[in-house]
Amino acid sequence: METSLLMIFLTGALINNVVLIQFLGICSFLGVSKNIKNSASLGVAVIFVIGIASAVASLLNDYILVPFHLEYMNTIVFILVIAALVQVVEMFLKKTSPVIYKALGIYLPLITTNCAVLGVALTNVQEEYNFIQSVVSGLGTAVGYTIAIVLLAGLRERINENDLPKPFRGAPIVLLSAMLMSIAFSGFAGLSF
Amino acid sequence: MNGYLERIYNGVVKENPTIVLMLGMCPTLAVTTSAINGVGMGLSTLAVLIFSNLIISIMRNIIPDEVRLPAYIVIVATLVTIVDLIMQAYTPGLYASLGIYIPLIVVNCIILGRAEAYANKHTPMLALFDGIGMGLGFTIALVVIGAVREIVGAGKFFGMTILPESVPPIAIIARAPGAFLVIGVLIAVLNALSIKTAANKKVNGGCDGACASCSSDCDSNGEEAAK
Repeated sequence: METSLLMIFLTGALINNVVLIQFLGICSFLGVSKNIKNSASLGVAVIFVIGIASAVASLLNDYILVPFHLEYMNTIVFILVIAALVQVVEMFLKKTSPVIYKALGIYLPLITTNCAVLGVALTNVQEEYNFIQSVVSGLGTAVGYTIAIVLLAGLRERINENDLPKPFRGAPIVLLSAMLMSIAFSGFAGLSF
Repeated sequence: MNGYLERIYNGVVKENPTIVLMLGMCPTLAVTTSAINGVGMGLSTLAVLIFSNLIISIMRNIIPDEVRLPAYIVIVATLVTIVDLIMQAYTPGLYASLGIYIPLIVVNCIILGRAEAYANKHTPMLALFDGIGMGLGFTIALVVIGAVREIVGAGKFFGMTILPESVPPIAIIARAPGAFLVIGVLIAVLNALSIKTAANKKVNGGCDGACASCSSDCDSNGEEAAK
């Protein structure tokens, strides 16, 4: 696994975009993308949590699960660690920086059920990334998530002012907008260094 | 017996998790590149859902209310690991094509959603049938979407070529963008026929509600765990 860090980052952010190509975190992608401001806040919170979660998951995997031959337990361990971690991050922010907490607070609990977090942790194990590579891949994925959700929110703010055929209002038009974005992101597939 | 049949009807038609509630969208979009993948994903989720509903319902008076969500997560994650290992051993081909989406059944909102909304309030038999109904509803939706994408995208149905050579397959339907397209159009068609779906049931209530309830659950769960 001699992939350069830049390539890992770009793969996560653009080529293999977590939402549009891998379909992880669709629930919040469709649910929270009503306006740009909230989407951007959620995006920042996701970058924060995935960054920490992929670091912790990588350490746990390398120093606890693998030495004791417990790799088959990784799903259980990761989901519990992520749930606990989100809570710890929330409490930590509440005490240390109320400003950030106020901006991110309501989005943090949403992230536990965001399958992108667990997905990144599991992908990192599958790809046999080391600690640094895991963190970079996690951050890349989270940046990709943020790009996708902010772009979709921008589209939805425009769409709201248009007169749509009735059957397409609500979920269908959001899914179709996501389809066009997904086609655009497929174009990154040729990118390599 | 009526109550049990009603549960199955409820899961398949009235509250179909995919079309009506818009829960579990990640696997719905990701694995429906072919009908057989839809069957595999649907049945694995069905198995986890039946046993998680059953176990949670049996243990509903034993698990203290404050720590119920972490307990549910452990039960679900254990069942998913069992399914994961079984599929790895007996259906390696399917396991390879579903990949990471098998362990991700843990974070499928349908499962925790049913545990919280139904299984922890009802008797084991009812919960079991609720699991069967919801699981079947999910499976049917996945198979239908998978079949459409396979026929249009590859000209095949369950791996058999059914379209003549003169009809070129539209490859993009089988790739990532096709998933959004097929589900979006499917919901629009159901809307046009004014069948109750997530979209015309108050602005997107299903997905939002599901995420909100899941997240508030996880919120309280964490707080309780922290105490």
